[in-house]
Amino acid sequence: MSDQKPILEFRDINTHYGAVHILKEVNLAIYPGEMVCLLGGNASGKSTTLKTLLGMVTPTSGEVVLDGEVVNDKPTSYRVERGITMVPENRRLFKRLSVLENLQLGAYLRTDKDGVERDLERIYSMFPRVKERLSQKAGTLSGGEQQMVAMGRALMADPRVLLMDEPSMGLAPSLVRTNFELIQQIHEEGIAIFMVEQNANMALSLADRGWVLQTGRVVLDDTADALLANPELRKSYLGEA
Amino acid sequence: MNDFLQLCFAGMALGARYALVALGFVVIHRATGVINFAQGSIVALGAYFAFNAHQTWGLPFLLAAIIAVAGCAVVGIIVERLLLRKMSGQPVFSVIMITIGLLFVIDQIITMIWGQDAQNLGDPWGIDTVEAGEIVLAVVDLWAIGLAFLVVGAFFLFFRYSSTGLAMRAVAIDEEAAMARGISVRRVVATAWAIAGSVAAVAGITLASGPAALRPSVGLIALAAFPAMILGGLDSPLGAVLGGFIIGITQTLTAGYQPAHASWLGQDFQSVTPYAVMILILLIRPHGLFGTKEVERL
Repeated sequence: MSDQKPILEFRDINTHYGAVHILKEVNLAIYPGEMVCLLGGNASGKSTTLKTLLGMVTPTSGEVVLDGEVVNDKPTSYRVERGITMVPENRRLFKRLSVLENLQLGAYLRTDKDGVERDLERIYSMFPRVKERLSQKAGTLSGGEQQMVAMGRALMADPRVLLMDEPSMGLAPSLVRTNFELIQQIHEEGIAIFMVEQNANMALSLADRGWVLQTGRVVLDDTADALLANPELRKSYLGEA
Repeated sequence: MNDFLQLCFAGMALGARYALVALGFVVIHRATGVINFAQGSIVALGAYFAFNAHQTWGLPFLLAAIIAVAGCAVVGIIVERLLLRKMSGQPVFSVIMITIGLLFVIDQIITMIWGQDAQNLGDPWGIDTVEAGEIVLAVVDLWAIGLAFLVVGAFFLFFRYSSTGLAMRAVAIDEEAAMARGISVRRVVATAWAIAGSVAAVAGITLASGPAALRPSVGLIALAAFPAMILGGLDSPLGAVLGGFIIGITQTLTAGYQPAHASWLGQDFQSVTPYAVMILILLIRPHGLFGTKEVERL
């Protein structure tokens, strides 16, 4: 990794909601094309990390760095334009809009019409089922189909980094594996994945590296293999006594 | 029969004006969840802008109308930027109270500048009429109906096919998810206020032209558009137009027949019918004719 520059970085990030200190001196780096995961229990600051990366939360101190530029004051749209995209928790599709409109919104900031068309075709070949449902309202799809649309919508932004907030949350157990296979497939196209997950086992088996967040502080920062072998982590996250 | 058709036409003409006012309510509500009670005073302001540009500055009427439309769009943007943006994240109730306060403030500003007296807008339609069979149609009424359809058609195309329109619908459904797609919620809200201002100016001009005189109270007439909007469903442009027609037609039919056939209801009963119809329809369909259920939870 050392020969490449990170796309997205946190340098000593602190965030607050009112008087509550959420993230404490957090350092992260996401490199091109890698798959990394952020683990942590409830209220550990995982969602705040994602929102801060995307510019929906402004840090109280520290720097968010995108391609070497400090972007603390830049709006979400600036970051989306430069290839940072999120698949939000529970997908958050625009349920009353058609599937096609959801996909179009993914490409909202893009001006390269040809590229958008090409990416639409790419998504249709990736998810043939989505293509059959284009004019249907997104809210009427099954959970698995909605997950495909959510991923398709994110891919329409032509991202370099895909932020995934709890991708297996709310999915039927049978769909969790399919879902991780999808993530793997997207990753193989060269898109960096930053995944926030409760399902530590599954996430670590796919990822290159990972961090563990505890009450807003990074307590572990290691390769996925090392984390999987870490007795401390096995005890607290992988359910071993 | 001819009386009836004549009254129905008058009702459609009145309803078209209500519809234009209601469309302004709808576009802001769709984007922000706020009911802008100041819409009525922006309607009046639009009529006075046109009056000022045409009668005081001597500009051609069409140009004066365009100035009024642009002027009200700017007023909408200013109101949003100076007052409502500061209220983002605050209780919707407080925001709505601000718009009610604004209604009276703008009314007072209008009286300060242009006075209380009735003015003549000087529109080219005046009291001209055309005859269709036995019915007499006022030219200004035909214009009002035509403009209402034109505006709702433009709304439909805009929301359905333009990328800004799509972004506005996305923001109305899920603001945060829209933001995550890179949509600037601020720009969407500003656009909604600008559109509402423009439509208000068109509504104001049609309300104050023809045989009607221009008075500051033109904004109060716009209040009758409120039941039209509720009736149609707070977030549906088509519903706003249909609601406008229903309210307008019942109102003129009441005015035409009630004094002779149900005089015991008292004088001016037609001013109550919009609200009576609204209550009745809401009892049957609590979300209005075309409203979506989510609207209620805002």
